[in-house]
Parts: sequence; structure tokens; C-alpha cells
Amino acid sequence: MAKRGDVVIDIEKCKGCEVCISACPHEVLSLSSEVNSKGYHYAVKVNSGCTGCANCAIVCPDAVITVYREK
Amino acid sequence: MSENLVNPENLVYKKTDAMTDRVLHYCPGCGHGTAHRILAEVIDELQIQDQTIGVAPVGCSVLAYYYFNVDMQEAAHGRAPAVATGIKRVFPEKYVFTYQGDGDLAAIGTAETIHACNRGENILVVFINNGIYGMTGGQMAPTTLEGMKSSTSPFGRDVKSMGSPLKITELVAQLPGTYFATRQAVHKPANVRKAKRAIKKAMEYQKHNKGTCFVEIVSNCPSNWKMTPVQSNEWMEENMFPFYPLGDIKVPEK
Amino acid sequence: MKELRLMKGNEALAEAAIRAGADAYFGYPITPQSEVIEYLMANKPEDRTGMVVLQAESEVAAINMVYGAAGCGKKAVTSSSSPGISLKQEGLSYIAGAELPCVVVNVVRGGPGLGTIQPSQSDYFQSVKGGGHGDYKLIVLAPSSVQESVDYMRLAFDLAFKYRNPVMIQSDGIIGQMMEKVELFEQQKRVEPDYEWATIGKKKDKPATFVTSLQLQAEEQEKVNLRLQKKYREVEKNEVRFEKVQCDDAEYLLTAFGSCARITRKAMEMARAKGYKVGMLRPQTLYPFPTEEFNKMAEQVKGILTVEMNAGQMVEDVKLSVCGKTKVEYFGRFGGMIPSPEEILNALEQKIIGG
Repeated sequence: MAKRGDVVIDIEKCKGCEVCISACPHEVLSLSSEVNSKGYHYAVKVNSGCTGCANCAIVCPDAVITVYREK
Repeated sequence: MSENLVNPENLVYKKTDAMTDRVLHYCPGCGHGTAHRILAEVIDELQIQDQTIGVAPVGCSVLAYYYFNVDMQEAAHGRAPAVATGIKRVFPEKYVFTYQGDGDLAAIGTAETIHACNRGENILVVFINNGIYGMTGGQMAPTTLEGMKSSTSPFGRDVKSMGSPLKITELVAQLPGTYFATRQAVHKPANVRKAKRAIKKAMEYQKHNKGTCFVEIVSNCPSNWKMTPVQSNEWMEENMFPFYPLGDIKVPEK
Repeated sequence: MKELRLMKGNEALAEAAIRAGADAYFGYPITPQSEVIEYLMANKPEDRTGMVVLQAESEVAAINMVYGAAGCGKKAVTSSSSPGISLKQEGLSYIAGAELPCVVVNVVRGGPGLGTIQPSQSDYFQSVKGGGHGDYKLIVLAPSSVQESVDYMRLAFDLAFKYRNPVMIQSDGIIGQMMEKVELFEQQKRVEPDYEWATIGKKKDKPATFVTSLQLQAEEQEKVNLRLQKKYREVEKNEVRFEKVQCDDAEYLLTAFGSCARITRKAMEMARAKGYKVGMLRPQTLYPFPTEEFNKMAEQVKGILTVEMNAGQMVEDVKLSVCGKTKVEYFGRFGGMIPSPEEILNALEQKIIGG
């Protein structure tokens, strides 16, 4: 079974470009209905399928995603 | 249950310290941020943050020195390879890179680009090619594709009167001073990993004074292409990659 | 320890750059100054002091290489002649804006355009009024001998680093090409830069350094300009240099700079022989200009004749200096022509003494 992972998104720095969403192999991410202080919808986790592969983080142009994975 | 994963021993990816904490001014989805980050990660991984001097161009990445947490100089438009030459010649032990867009590197700075490569300056040139002038608002670049619309080619680039898109990386690869030339992208995880490996290789070559290393990154410009970031990446794959195919163009002989 | 040599002006500049402890020279050949880079290449400063010499692909590239080296806190110098100096103006503006120290030699030839390779002083305006875009000043030194070429190279580096400002040595085709006896100063040590403004590699626990002339906010750009203007006022207060010849009893004043001052001095002696009480004031710094000295002299003399190898450029600064207190006239030859002492004396008699 795949390892479990988690992501922490700095929503204030997220610009809602959605590049991470299409990069996630497990459809963990989606765009928020809320906006941040700059007016951007931001990336949010919508399920617990994250495996900590970090694909979202490495394509994030704004380096707002931190990734964790169980040992 | 997932909260308890968020602790330091489980950390697998975080923003490198070789980048500052400033919010990037780039448009949503622009490849510049990713290109900055992988270059910064390489500097971090090679532990050369205190020995690296970068040169920022004129263009969208004019403020690159706000984001790289290394000493940097801001060059006049197109002159980054000359500025980098000045730095490298007085500091041959330092790691020197330029970070330039297509207008800066392949139009106004063509002479500086070619001659720095021809002298085999031991520098890394990171060349971001998105086929358009971003900062000034979407004018035609030397790399704008045939038929591609821009604010100065509103009916599409007509190669008869405007010339053909310039494959500058293939051009500099012909020069004996160019040691390594490659074309990469940073829109998908696999591409980011490859591009980062290329940059890392280039920095390692610099350590051994092998000559100029030239890493082109074909990138997007959602704002001036007038697309969403995800659409722009698809458009880039369909239109830019056929003309600017990804892969190594010149690799060191074994 | 005196070391005397017979040297061409351009070669003397090159030797002086090595001896001043320069770290790097970047240049591009152009007549009448190519001897500077030729001398450097032949004399292997890399072996003597570790100084780097590189022939760039253009004057544009050369000045930007200077920017890069200067941004590292290194002593960098370039040289060219008028059309090449025009190409360097972009870089000079950036260097002035980023407040970097460097030395630029202009061995002036006649213009405009490709002009002529013969000597001229027609780049005065370009040198002292800015040259490139934006509100900035170069410190401009005008040697009138091979000896001064040597001495000013060392002085130029001192001033450049004292004020973090580009310094121009404005020579011309005569001074650059003629041979004279010179006394060379001793070899100065090259120094490893450790300036907080220089990019020498990020220090641990300190923010990274960046060299830039860009300010996005108008308020910040105005602050930069105010700082520059404050610096220029300091330069004007501290660095004015000039030579006065037989001015104590002078009723008429001749003024000229560079090579032209040598000819003008001869004209002054001829005028003295004819019984006219004529003195000469020779600006050695074109910026800062000896404004006060001209203003003082204006109260003493009946008229001032500026003699220039251009169509009348310094005359404007002399007029501004004297505030209408005395008559100021101009005489000159240009396009590569050199005035004779007789012509100058004639002009003095016609325009100032008889006029």
C-alpha cells in the first residue's frame, strides 16, 4: 500500500494557477471557493489520497507547497 | 490522522533557503517561478550559496535578485553575459550564472550571448524562452513562432517581413566554447526534475572550468498568450515543443 | 624610487593602470587609443600583478564587463575613443546609477559620426553634462601631458572608490599619441575587495547583496537621485583641480584644457612678449569645473578667451561661472584641426584685447 502523505499550502502566497492540481496523480487538490487577501482562489486539499509524492510542490511556480510523507 | 504527518521528520519537500521569502511578482502559473526555484535548489544542494553570483536581465525577471538568496547584479538589457564575464574574470573561483529571457538573450543581447559562449566563459546561462515579450506587454520576440500573434504581430508573425523564430540554443551549440547546451521545460513534474538535473550538471561543469553551459527552458506566458496557466502549458506542448524540441543539443564528448 | 621612461600617452595610461593596482581591463580597439590594449596585451599584466585583460566583442560589452567587475568591488578600467565612448554611454549610466567605481579613458577624436581619427575635444559636453540618460555626473580629468596621463590614472581610481562613481580621463589624439618623458609611480598592490555594496558571495547570516540601478517606486528613485546629487555637491566642494599660469597681474585671461592648453600657453607667452598682461587658467578637472576660480578671475580681468578644439563647449561653463562680470569669447578649430599659437594670439587681440 502506498505511503501516506500530506501537504501544507501557504494560501496567502498561492495565486490559484492550478498547475499543481493537474500535476497531482491522486486528484487530492482543488481550487478553493474562498479567496485569499489578494483575491486569488487558492489550492486546497479535498481528500486524504495524498501519498507525499511532491509532484504538486515541484511544479508550483510560487513555492507555496510543503510536503510530508510518513517514514 | 493526517495532521500528525506534518512534522519535521516526515518532511520531504519545502522551499529552499537559497530563495528568499518574498512573494514572486510573476503572473499566476508563469514558469519563471519554477525555473528560479530549481536553480536555487541546485545552489542549495551543491552548497555554493556563498560562492554564487547571479546576473539578472531586463524583462519579466528583472527583479530576480529579490528572489535568489545569493549575491546578484542587475544588468542592462541584453548585457548579462558581458556582466557575467566581468564577474567571472575577476572571480574565477565563483559560480556565475545569468538568467535571461528571449528578448534579452536572443534579440538585444545576441552579440553578448554569442561571444560569451564563443570565449567559453565558465558561466551558466539560463535562458527562458516563452516566445513573447512579457514585461512590456506581449510584443513579438525573436523566438515568437511563425503565425503566432503578439501585440506587434497582431495578425501573426509573418516570416517574410519579420524573420523566422530564432533557435539560438542550436546556434550557440555550434560554438567550440559552448560545453553543454540543452532545452528543457518546467511545466510538469518529470520536466522539472529533468531540467533541474541539467542545471545541476551545468553547475558541476562550471566547477571544472569546462566552458559555457547553456540551459534553455521553454516556458509559458499565460497573461500575454491570453490563456489560463493550464491551457498555456497545453498550448506550449502542442505548439512550442514541435519547433523547440526538448532534449540535449550539445553534450560533452566522453 | 624614480623610474623615468619615454612613453606614448596611451601606453603610459596602460602602464599606469597596471601600477595603480587595477584588477581588470576590458576594451575594444579604436583609433587613436588602440595602444592602450596593445600595450596591456604585450606587457602581460596577468603575470606581473594578476590583472585581467580582455578584448571584448564591442565597446558595449566592454563597459558591461567593467560593470560586472566593478560590482564585485574590483578596480576595472576601459578605454576607447569618441564613437566607442558613445556606445559606452548606456553602461556608464547604469554604472553611475548603481554607484559603482570605475575608470573610463576617452582619447577624443573628431566627430560627429565616424568623424575623423585626428585629435579633438568635441566630447566635452558628453563627458561633463552626462552623456547617457538620467541625472548623473562623471568625474572628468583632463591631462595635458603624458605625465598627467600617468598621474591621473592613479588619481582616477582613488576618486572612483572614494565616491563610488565612474571617473573619466578625457585625453585626446595628441596626448595619446605623443611621446614624452614620464616619471612612473611604484607598483601599487592589488587589494581583495571587502565592501558591503559589492557582490563577493553572500555571507552567512547577512542578507544577499545586489547591485542594481532599478527602483520601481518613484519615491525610491527620487531618494537615489537626491543621494547622487549630494555626492556631486561633495565632489564639487572637494575635487576641483586647476592650474594657473601668470594670473597674478593678468588683465586678460586665456583658458584651455588638455592638449589645447599647451598651445594656448605658447600663445600666452607670445602675448606677454608683445606687452599684454595675459594669464592662463587650465581646468584639470572638467567636472567638477573650477567655477569659483573663474568667478574670482572675472573680477580681475577685462575679458576671457576660451580656446577649444571643438565648436565652443567649455565656453558655456565659463560664461555660467563669471555671471556676466566680464566678457567671455571663444576661439577654436575642430574636426581634427589644431589651432596654432599665432591664430590664438590673433583671436585674443581681435576678440578680447581690441574688442
